[in-house]
Amino acid sequence: MPLPLFPEHLNFPAHNASANDSSITKQIFFSTNVIRSLLRVVVSARTYADFTPQATFDIKKCDLHKLEEGPPLQAMLSREEGLQYYRTMQTMRRMELKADQLYKQKIIRGFCHLYDGQEACAVGIEAGINLSDHLITAYRAHAYTLTRGGTVREIMAELTGRRGGIAKGKGGSMHMYTKNFYGGNGIVGAQVPLGAGVALACKYLGKNELCVCLYGDGAANQGQIFETYNMASLWKLPCIFICENNKYGMGTSVERAAASTDYYKRGDFIPGLRVDGMDILCVREATKFAAEHCRSGKGPILMELQTYRYHGHSMSDPGVSYRTREEIQEVRSKSDPISMLKDRMLSNNMASVEELKEIDVEVRKEIEDAAQFATTDPEPPLDDLCNHIFYNNPPMEVRGTNPWTKLKSVS
Amino acid sequence: MASLRCFLRSGKNAVSAVLRREFHRTSPAAVQVTVRDALNQAMDEELERDERVFLLGEEVAQYDGAYKISRGLWKKYGDKRIIDTPITEMGFAGIAVGAAMAGLRPICEFMTFNFSMQAIDQVINSAAKTYYMSAGLQPVPIVFRGPNGASAGVAAQHSQCFAAWYSHCPGLKVVSPWSAEDAKGLLKSAIRDDNPVVFLENELMYGVPFEMSEEAQSKDFIIPIGKAKIERQGNHVTLVSHSRMVSLCLDAAAVLAKEGIECEVINMRTIRPLDAEAIETSIMKTNHLITVEGGWPQFGVGAEILGRIMEGPAFNYLDAPAVRVTGVDIPMPYAKILEDNSIPQIKDIIFSVKKTLNV
Repeated sequence: MPLPLFPEHLNFPAHNASANDSSITKQIFFSTNVIRSLLRVVVSARTYADFTPQATFDIKKCDLHKLEEGPPLQAMLSREEGLQYYRTMQTMRRMELKADQLYKQKIIRGFCHLYDGQEACAVGIEAGINLSDHLITAYRAHAYTLTRGGTVREIMAELTGRRGGIAKGKGGSMHMYTKNFYGGNGIVGAQVPLGAGVALACKYLGKNELCVCLYGDGAANQGQIFETYNMASLWKLPCIFICENNKYGMGTSVERAAASTDYYKRGDFIPGLRVDGMDILCVREATKFAAEHCRSGKGPILMELQTYRYHGHSMSDPGVSYRTREEIQEVRSKSDPISMLKDRMLSNNMASVEELKEIDVEVRKEIEDAAQFATTDPEPPLDDLCNHIFYNNPPMEVRGTNPWTKLKSVS
Repeated sequence: MASLRCFLRSGKNAVSAVLRREFHRTSPAAVQVTVRDALNQAMDEELERDERVFLLGEEVAQYDGAYKISRGLWKKYGDKRIIDTPITEMGFAGIAVGAAMAGLRPICEFMTFNFSMQAIDQVINSAAKTYYMSAGLQPVPIVFRGPNGASAGVAAQHSQCFAAWYSHCPGLKVVSPWSAEDAKGLLKSAIRDDNPVVFLENELMYGVPFEMSEEAQSKDFIIPIGKAKIERQGNHVTLVSHSRMVSLCLDAAAVLAKEGIECEVINMRTIRPLDAEAIETSIMKTNHLITVEGGWPQFGVGAEILGRIMEGPAFNYLDAPAVRVTGVDIPMPYAKILEDNSIPQIKDIIFSVKKTLNV
């Protein structure tokens, strides 16, 4: 068949192969890609409509607790959805890596808890609910700030403590908020009763909304969480409790912290499911299932997402004293959420390599621009120091560091 | 005109003396209302006025309230708005704060403020600081209320005063009513306030009746948070107090008046923000200051007032060092004789006044 040859398609660097691949794998990869891309040249010479618009994927069965049936074992993914999930996860990944860089340059200070590795959770959950629903999480919150409507710019500027930050530089890494997103909470476990309170408001106001209430494997042992399970269940609050089990609470592995590591069962009388948190489709389907449960008035439900963080607990934790580099590398190569989605889409002809590359380039640019903004935007003005103590309050005086310094505070 | 008004008012008082046993809310005369009933009225009126207001806490609904403050409310408003909670303060306080974040206006009752210690993280870190941390994105319109401080015979774990602890923190308003009017007007203000308010009641005051003016009986009667009230005018010494201790100050003032010493008694009404100006103005007149509180002395309400006075314009008007009358610096004992001697008595106030005036 005639092949209109586009030089760029043949000029094929093995950029998709990771540094660890053997050279044989590289060659095979290279040649199959060449073949594929040659075929695609034919395909792309026509229209993009020749991509598979939608495909169905088998997903792992969830372990169930006090549930007769669980989420479906297959998930449909449209091309648009796939590209959107890919872009969002890649944005999150790049944003967190940039934050790592800026922290090491001392441009970000204090606490910085990174989410890379866990992207499928944040994106999958958001795909299973609506923006009109509510969400609250702990301090590993940058990704959720993004899915809940924040921009990379304002997130990064908050990390660098600038006036353009999402909380005007006054909150920092752990205290970012958007509409229907209640942070960003620094005290381990405290966000869980708060989330149930949000769910109570949802039920009270009768708007058929629910609250997703996240916590980690470390927080899962907190007493206030069990107090919350009790009340949420008693009052049938529309609350999806989600335990992001990344296997380590700071430096303590789950085996050393919990008498029972079946976090999805810890709700006892609350039905639960254990979900593969590295597979975005699994997370999405489980979230949809859980949301349906809540919205039908059955009360709360609990999801355990089995996931993994590549970084240490925070930037002050190298993350290798309590786990091996081999373990981290194994997860990265076998279960990376972005790679998993990418492979699915490519192997089902739902997107082209170039297309995904293009998204990567766009994402990189977005992150660079945001970082540029975050490093050049000025710090908050000193006039802002005492503002936002009270809402809807007349201006008041705040004592400064000495009796002669009276500072102004407005709402 | 003023004398006519005085005459009418004294006439009303005569009428109210006659009507003292009757509770005609629509009567034009002042009536006697207990602090308990005043709090009940405040909550009832605010529940009626705004659908987003609701009450939660232990025994508030079907039991009518551990101290009967919420009597009748569950019957009137039902399960949705008056919620009985399990005995899990940290959990339900957090739930209340979350509900406030999502647009409701909860009243979170602690059976006593001693139990609020279990939930104090939610009060401080989730409620008080959030508006600031979010740079104005997330207000938290919540009231935490309940009895505070010493009661009678309840011993150490149930007698602590938390005025100083909560007043230490920016982002909170801390209110401590004394009379029935205080209770009603300040609770209504607190509920209408869009910020976290810690409302410190006193169990021993619940049953005490006070005259409530016609104005105070209105459904729109509110007392602004942050303003103290002069309960008794005087020229010789300023007594600053809050909650039940105001009664003791007035009683001490009555005794001292017989000896020709006129005390000016200031009822703080609000601990945070502190009405320093009212205290300073009074000191500029009397030249002497004594603070009276039920709580412990170290780092307490009195300590703060004295510090402020030192740093402010009133210092130059003091003819003697300002002093504090406080609870004794010990955990509260049980035996009556010991308990009675653990908190300020009228004689302690009188003694301190005379020492300060050097008489």
